[in-house]
Amino acid sequence: MTNTNKPDVKIAVRNLNFFYDNKQALFDNTLDIVANKVTAFIGPSGCGKSTHIRCYNRMFSLYKGHRGEGEILFDGENILDPKVPELQLRHRVGMIFQKPTPFPMTVYDNIAYGLRLHGNYPQSELDDRVEKALRDGALWNEVKDSLQKPGTALSGGQQQRLCIARAIAVQPEVILMDEPCSALDPIATAKIEELIDELKKKFTIVIVTHSMQQAARVSDYTAYFYLGKLIEYDDTQVIFTSPQNQKTEDYITGRFG
Amino acid sequence: MLNSRTFRRQFINRFVLIISTLAALLGIVMLVWILGDVVLRGFGVINWDFFTELPVPPGETGGGLANAIVGTLVMTIAAALMAVPVGVMAGTYLSEFGKHNLFGRLVRSLSDILVSAPSIVVGVFVYLIMVKTMGHFSGWAGSVSLAILMLPVVIRTTEEMLRLVPGEMRESALALGAPYWNMMMNIVFRAAKNGMATGIMLAVARVAGETAPLLFTAMNSPYWMQSMNEPMANLTVTLFNYAMSPYNDWQELAWGAAFLITVSVLCVNIITRLILSSGRSKP
Repeated sequence: MTNTNKPDVKIAVRNLNFFYDNKQALFDNTLDIVANKVTAFIGPSGCGKSTHIRCYNRMFSLYKGHRGEGEILFDGENILDPKVPELQLRHRVGMIFQKPTPFPMTVYDNIAYGLRLHGNYPQSELDDRVEKALRDGALWNEVKDSLQKPGTALSGGQQQRLCIARAIAVQPEVILMDEPCSALDPIATAKIEELIDELKKKFTIVIVTHSMQQAARVSDYTAYFYLGKLIEYDDTQVIFTSPQNQKTEDYITGRFG
Repeated sequence: MLNSRTFRRQFINRFVLIISTLAALLGIVMLVWILGDVVLRGFGVINWDFFTELPVPPGETGGGLANAIVGTLVMTIAAALMAVPVGVMAGTYLSEFGKHNLFGRLVRSLSDILVSAPSIVVGVFVYLIMVKTMGHFSGWAGSVSLAILMLPVVIRTTEEMLRLVPGEMRESALALGAPYWNMMMNIVFRAAKNGMATGIMLAVARVAGETAPLLFTAMNSPYWMQSMNEPMANLTVTLFNYAMSPYNDWQELAWGAAFLITVSVLCVNIITRLILSSGRSKP
């Protein structure tokens, strides 16, 4: 459960408690996210995995009555502190959602939207950065001739890779993925998983997934959540071959959940 | 026993089917009758003069309703210019900030009440606050009463269309580090623009055929408009006056006005449907 001796901790979560109004959803979550690795969160629906990662970019602050307590140390700085500006935090922590959400604009502008938010690039540099983001998102070859088509015209899998390209265009340090493949077919899923493998060279990735096979395929570390508590956190290999906790074993062997 | 029950069941089935088909037919027949009458009797009246000439006194031949057409257009556009900015902003407040709070709920139910308020009440209201205090009928008063009628439609459709934009789309933009205003302007309004345009057009169509509020505010005029600060010609009140007149020529022109209003409102409705269905084909 403790990974404190691992090198290069990107995010250190300490006693994170989360509340929806008076209902507590997370209980004393403590764990370390390692830089340039893929960490998977697994667990049954409603166990708090999405709630947990939505704290990393303070997305919950959008809603009244949602509040997190404890510490989330991002490179040592507690990002739950309201003094840490939200916009800069989200610049550093990108997020991919369950359903692909292309913006109602062209493929090009989808990528350029984030870039325009954070910099004032001349057109030629904007073009270069859009191309680079699409290449890094493994989408360039499929869309290079249709940059001016609406983003909604792409297939579901392409849309999700567009969203990934959009997120990495602004060069975040961490990418959060909230069940990024649950709306996609197996082939599109395989492409995204390949992409995740490539992306971890540059980014720290945290992925919430309902598919244990996916967690086993893509991640280096796996955390098992149940009823808002972190039950077990270890190397993915250990979690899937010799879990220490009976609850984890029940879940991964399919006896529960 | 079984046979008679089966017979009864089939009889009731057939009876109800016939009754409801007749009821549906009755509705359609009325609509076709009205449209047919307006088209048959109005279409023949429409000619070049109808759009370019002023009305002439009874007894003289020729003449048109050019001033009333211009008046209706000008007042409707002025009303839209007043109601659309206010309505869009109020709708945005309701969808983004006033979802659950008391003020939001209050505005929402008041605008729902205003939607079903009889338009003549709005006319009398504007008569009291504008016509009475200014001492004369005016195009401005007419536009204001039309704007009041448009406002709740624009507010509620704006709110509903903004709410249709998925929360994940908003969160995706915010997750990129976008400020809330930027997300609204560049993502949410863009995603909702077809629906919002539809709401505005439906509001225009709603007021374009209104007579009662104009009767008390813009009144009518046989002349070209000089300014909006005087009584102003418009199609609906002209239709009302001419249809009630004993003169054949005027009654003919009233049919023409009815035809023009009907066709315009029909066109707006068809365009709205086209916009909506083109928006729906996108995922």
